[in-house]
Amino acid sequence: MPFDYYLNIAASGLLTGLVYGLAALGLSVIFGVVRVVNFAHGEMMVAGMYGAVLLASLLGLDPILAAPVVAAVLFAFGWVLQRGLVNRFVERPEHMQFILLLGIATIILNAMLMLFGPDSRNVMVPYSFDTVEIGPLLLDAVRLRAGAGAIVVTVALFAFFRFSRTGKAIRACADNPLGARVVGLNIDGLYALTFGIGAGVVGIAGALMTLLVDSRPQLAPEYTLLSFIIVIVGGLGSLPGALLGGMLIGFSEAMAGFLLDPSLKSLFSYGVLIVVLLLRPQGLLGKRS
Amino acid sequence: MTGRGIVLLALCGALLLAAPMIADRYVLSVLTTVLWFAYVGQAWNVMMGFSGLLSLGHALYVGLGAYASAALFVHFGIGPWAGMWVAMLAATAAGCFIGFLGFRFGVRGVHFALLTIAFAEVARIGFDHLQWFGGSGGFFIPVAGDAGNDLLNLRGSPELFYYVILALVLAALALSRVLLHSRLGYQWLAVREEPEAAEAVGVDLFRARIAAVAVSSALTALGGVFQAFYFNNLFPEQVFSMGRSIEIILPAIVGGIGTLIGPILGAFILTPLGELLTYLIEVTGFDLPGLKQLFYGVALVVIVVYRPDGVWPWLADRLGLVRRPGEDA
Repeated sequence: MPFDYYLNIAASGLLTGLVYGLAALGLSVIFGVVRVVNFAHGEMMVAGMYGAVLLASLLGLDPILAAPVVAAVLFAFGWVLQRGLVNRFVERPEHMQFILLLGIATIILNAMLMLFGPDSRNVMVPYSFDTVEIGPLLLDAVRLRAGAGAIVVTVALFAFFRFSRTGKAIRACADNPLGARVVGLNIDGLYALTFGIGAGVVGIAGALMTLLVDSRPQLAPEYTLLSFIIVIVGGLGSLPGALLGGMLIGFSEAMAGFLLDPSLKSLFSYGVLIVVLLLRPQGLLGKRS
Repeated sequence: MTGRGIVLLALCGALLLAAPMIADRYVLSVLTTVLWFAYVGQAWNVMMGFSGLLSLGHALYVGLGAYASAALFVHFGIGPWAGMWVAMLAATAAGCFIGFLGFRFGVRGVHFALLTIAFAEVARIGFDHLQWFGGSGGFFIPVAGDAGNDLLNLRGSPELFYYVILALVLAALALSRVLLHSRLGYQWLAVREEPEAAEAVGVDLFRARIAAVAVSSALTALGGVFQAFYFNNLFPEQVFSMGRSIEIILPAIVGGIGTLIGPILGAFILTPLGELLTYLIEVTGFDLPGLKQLFYGVALVVIVVYRPDGVWPWLADRLGLVRRPGEDA
């Protein structure tokens, strides 16, 4: 029954895509507010992965339970980074911001390489090999949990930006930094908070990702590029767009890996990116500036 | 430039010309690497420094140039002096295509940079699967052995390659200078600084930008031809990698984006720094994978924080090598 095959591949691609989407959400939040492109995003994600790996091997903690701890550490890291370094680059040209974050990415990546070595590390959970049957679908328990975790965090993030006073203040900063300053908002503080949130979110995405793939430092640049592709496909600054883009990329990767050759799967993501940049440069859900 | 600047520049030039007579093989190989990065940095600078177009995928043009010339040589026996035209044509075509897509549809800034990365990555994955170019197993040019120097086929001693790359660097420097003081060069600067204003006074933005991409990609392709014949082997994972693209842009950034000497100075800072680090790591026996790159990252952050305009403008000002704005000739 080939149709069931496709359905299964599609479903697991979409679930992986939710985690990708969550990672991209962190990037989108930072870019949407601070207007700085976080070129160290994949490096932060892999740092989150190693955090979960460490907590699992030392304390036997499930990655889903490790996620909040990882998020807290990366939040602090992002906050300090924005306060200490990135903040003075906010007004500078794009290429300088890029170089700064590239330097930071290089530092994080190689620090991880020195600490953990180039070999893959995986996390074993009791349900590693379980599958769940839903109608015609047969899904991995790990994938379902990772996808569910991504949805929970996304909903919480939406609620934060929609309803909380701080969330509204951050959105005001994003819409009009000058206006926000005029009405008395502490822009620098909110920027640091936003960078922290973005880093924390990608940390959670990393922790969830350990359920699906083995951790290697070399994954970092790949994830940086993947997050970029997703954000651009979904629309810069659009939170639902990031999630949609993530699912689209997860889906197309899974299909390409299944139909063609696993090594060609990222070619598909780039293909999607090029098509979107051509037909709808503002992204699927982005607004025209 | 002041008299002092010209004298110093001439001195450096003479030293570089005489280098093969003084330097041993190791130093010569390091110098060749330095000059290679100076050359491609110069080529990248035409896009970013002169016209404000951030390309993060210049490995694409290096790779296309390298593969085109190497394949012509190996499959059809066509030498590099003929093959380089095909190489330049291939890279320019790719560059103009990316430029066309980007500039037509208003893809700017970060988005444009991403488009360049995307194409380089597509090429990397594509060449991994193209068996005519050796696929992921690599593409090799037969090593000539001791047949002596054959400038026509670019086979020969390290000295030969050293002089070829030195000539390329000097030619690129001269070309950049001529371009910068031409009508097109002034258009580029205008487009870089104020696109709207440039358009208002009649500069065709699209044409100026496409011209910058064409010049830059063609020059970069020559760097690829040199690389193919110097190293005799090509692997898509190295040639087209994102890491290579970043290595290409670092000299210009460290030396000073948009300046003529910047990329050259940057290459002379970065490559020896890397060699020194390798040496120190070997001597101290403190060998950890990633240590050298970690240090690179730190250097990058320090430079961009403390010398955001690059080392050359600061150095030139300190040593009185260039006239300060407003000073009389």
